[in-house]
Amino acid sequence: MSFFSFGQSAEIDVVLNDAETRKKAEHKTEDGKKDKYFLFYDGETVSGKVNVTLKNPGKRLEHQGIKIEFIGQIELYYDRGNHHEFVSLVKDLARPGEMAQSQTFDFEFTHVEKPYESYTGQNVKLRYFLRATISRRLNDISKEMDIVVHTLSTYPELNSSIKMEVGIEDCLHIEFEYNKSKYHLKDVIVGKIYFLLVRIKIKHMEIDIIKRETTGTGTNVYHENDTIAKYEIMDGAPVRGESIPIRLFLAGYEMTPTMRDVNKKFSVRYYLNLVLIDEEERRYFKQQEITLWRKGDIVRKSMSHQAAIASQRFEGSASAEKALSQAKEDDN
Amino acid sequence: MSEATVADTRRLNSKPQDLTDAYGPPSNFLEIDVFDPQTIGVGRNRFTTYEVRMKTNLPIFKLKESCVRRRYSDFEWLKNELERDSKIVVPPLPGKALKRQLPFRGDEGIFEESFIEERRAGLEQFINRIAGHPLAQNERCLHMFLQDESIDRNYIPGKV
Repeated sequence: MSFFSFGQSAEIDVVLNDAETRKKAEHKTEDGKKDKYFLFYDGETVSGKVNVTLKNPGKRLEHQGIKIEFIGQIELYYDRGNHHEFVSLVKDLARPGEMAQSQTFDFEFTHVEKPYESYTGQNVKLRYFLRATISRRLNDISKEMDIVVHTLSTYPELNSSIKMEVGIEDCLHIEFEYNKSKYHLKDVIVGKIYFLLVRIKIKHMEIDIIKRETTGTGTNVYHENDTIAKYEIMDGAPVRGESIPIRLFLAGYEMTPTMRDVNKKFSVRYYLNLVLIDEEERRYFKQQEITLWRKGDIVRKSMSHQAAIASQRFEGSASAEKALSQAKEDDN
Repeated sequence: MSEATVADTRRLNSKPQDLTDAYGPPSNFLEIDVFDPQTIGVGRNRFTTYEVRMKTNLPIFKLKESCVRRRYSDFEWLKNELERDSKIVVPPLPGKALKRQLPFRGDEGIFEESFIEERRAGLEQFINRIAGHPLAQNERCLHMFLQDESIDRNYIPGKV
C-alpha cells in the first residue's frame, strides 16, 4: 500500500545475533526455486535486533507501537485466507509514540517450541518466520524473515524388517523383504525379492518411491501422489528360486521426514512401490509404507575409529574387535 | 557409544537356487501361432480360416498342445465374451475391413494376399496378448477358443 506520503517513512529489518555462526539450510519455495534460510531446531532461542531506519532525516515518525512476532503457521493453498497459527509469540519493542531518529531494538524469544518441520508442498505450506511491525494509523510497515526448522530423531528402538509373501494365485508368487521399516534420509534400503512361482513372462522389475501429501479432513481429503524415484532392479525374466537384491541409496533423492497428521491439517508419507512389468506391458505392483526420519549430524570421531567399524563389515568380528579396541586406545 | 557412519549395505541372506529350477524349462512357457490361412468356399460365400496352434506348460490349460481352425468372426466372439465377463481391458483386433467387402473393387478385397497376411499377424498378436493375461486364463471362453475343436456359441459362460 503506498499513498503519497508527506510525512515520515521508515525501513525496518531484522538481523539475528548469531547470523555469522548459524548454519543455513536449503529449502524449496512455492514456485520451485531453492533458497537458503537460517536453520533452527526445536527449543532453540531466537534472538536478534530490529533496525528501524528513518528515510527522511529530521522528520519524526509517528507510530502506534513497534513489535516483533515469531510465528509458525500452516497455509492450505485452497484456503489461502485462513492461516492456522500453531506458534504465535510477540514482543513489544516500543510503545505508541514518536521516533526522532533511527533506532535499534533488541529482542529474544527464549527456548521457542518448534514442534514441526518446515514444509513446502503441492497443496500446503508450513513455515516459521519473524515479523517486525511498525503500527500506524493508515498503513503498517512490516518485514518478514523466514527461517527453516528441521525436526531430528534418533535411531528408533524398534525397527523391524518388512517381509511379505504376495502374488496372484497360480500365476506369480514372490516374497519381498526390506531390511528396515524406518529409514533416515541418508540411509540405504537393502532388500531382496525372492521368486516362488513365475508363470507369467516378466520383462523387468523396478522399485519406485512415492510421496503422498494428504490435505483436508473428513470427507474432503485430498491425496497428491508424486513419484520421487524409479529404480530398475531387474532386467530380464526370472525363474523360481531366483533372488534379486535391492540396494537403494536414499541420499540422492529430495525427501522430507514422514509427517503424520501435522496439527491435524496434513500428512506427508512415503511408500515403496515394487513394480513388475510383463512382456505385454501389464504391471503388477505392491506398495508398502516406510517411515522416514531426519538424523542429526554427529561429531566426527577419529579416522581410525571409523576405519575399525568399516573393517567389521569385511573381516568378521574377531579381528575387528582387536582393531576397535586398538583404535579406542589410540583415541585416548 | 558412537554410531557407525558407514551404512551396512551387505546383501540379505537368500536361499540358494535349486539347479533344476535355474537351468530347467521355465514355468511360463506359452506360444501361440496363427498361420496357414485357407480360403474356403466359392463366390460370395467364401471365408478365410486360420490355424491356431498352442504350446504351453501352464497347468491351467488342459492340453499342453492344441491345434484348431478359427475364422475372424470367432476372434470377434472371443473379444466380446471377454469384454462382457472379465474385468480386463481387451486389446484391439485387426480391422473389420468393411470397405474391402464392397463390390466393384479392383482387387480381391478381403481375400487379397497382403490383407490376409496383415490380418494374420494382427490376430496372432491379439491372441498372444490375451492368453498371457492371468485374468483371461480363468475364462471358459478362452479355453474353448484355444483348445476345443469348435466353438459352441450356446455354451454357459463362466470361470475355469
